[in-house]
Amino acid sequence: MSAHSTSSPIKKYLVIWGTLLVGTYVTYKVAFIDLRPFNAAIALTIASIKATLVALFFMHLRGASEKMTKVVVASALFFLLLLLSLTMADYASRAWS
Amino acid sequence: MSDSPTAAAAVHAEGHDPALLHHFAEPQQQRDAASLGMWVFLGTEVMFFGGLFCAYLIYRLAYFGDFAAASKSINATLGATNTAVLICSSLTVVFAVWAAQTARRGLLIVSLIVTLLLGFVFLGIKSKEYYDKFEEHHVPGPSFSFENVPIPGHPGEYANPQHAQIFFSLYFIMTGLHALHMIIGIGVFLWLLTMACKGRFTPEYHTPVEIGGLYWHFVDIIWIYLFPLLYLIDRHP
Repeated sequence: MSAHSTSSPIKKYLVIWGTLLVGTYVTYKVAFIDLRPFNAAIALTIASIKATLVALFFMHLRGASEKMTKVVVASALFFLLLLLSLTMADYASRAWS
Repeated sequence: MSDSPTAAAAVHAEGHDPALLHHFAEPQQQRDAASLGMWVFLGTEVMFFGGLFCAYLIYRLAYFGDFAAASKSINATLGATNTAVLICSSLTVVFAVWAAQTARRGLLIVSLIVTLLLGFVFLGIKSKEYYDKFEEHHVPGPSFSFENVPIPGHPGEYANPQHAQIFFSLYFIMTGLHALHMIIGIGVFLWLLTMACKGRFTPEYHTPVEIGGLYWHFVDIIWIYLFPLLYLIDRHP
């Protein structure tokens, strides 16, 4: 690890790692505070931010030279959303007896 | 493959790189193709876990109080520790990929070893958690017992054991499937370690490290969602 190499991404990785750990700590601590409906919303928002950071910087999605990679990720997320939203639409609108 | 070496040399006029397969124009294209393939596989994994997340969502909305009571019986500190362990392992994986790209073999080997150790720490903590659940009879099945557990925030109300059993079924399937992915990941990284020790990876050819890394990070992302969803439902007093 030569300190003089300016292109070293080590510092960036350490910053992301620190952010992920802080996110985990905040998720854990906030869960013990009563915020009623916002507990789940905050937990999922932090989780999504953490997942995005991992994908963009650790999995090198940001600056991926193959543009198709981003299409694949977008379509995976789209179909996941389709799965969840259509199922929930059915559950919300069906008359349960 | 009937291509003679001279035919290959004619295609790659500047001399044939042994790590470059014949049907790729250049190493960058070969690497991009490999990582694209891995991303497609991870896309199928999203759908694989997605079905379980969907089932979880439906039952959580239907039996929220019972889910909260059941979630409260899991040790959240162990879950948070495991999240931190996985995040640290993701850092060492990213170091391993960088080390392979920049021909730092010592750092590559050390990073792979630390990643493996963190993987084992994760599974160790996980098995402690499972052990506790077995002791408490919280494993779905004939000996399942979840009697007189109060629902958080509803004094005098108790969780329905049948509904709590659904939570624990989802808990064991989701964390168990995740643990299976961890075990497969450890196998992959053991193989990467032996290859790295043999000096197989160079800045021109380190695709397995990169692909294995993508897999490891994906398993980390799944856990990032599993942790708040399973361990932290209505935790506040």
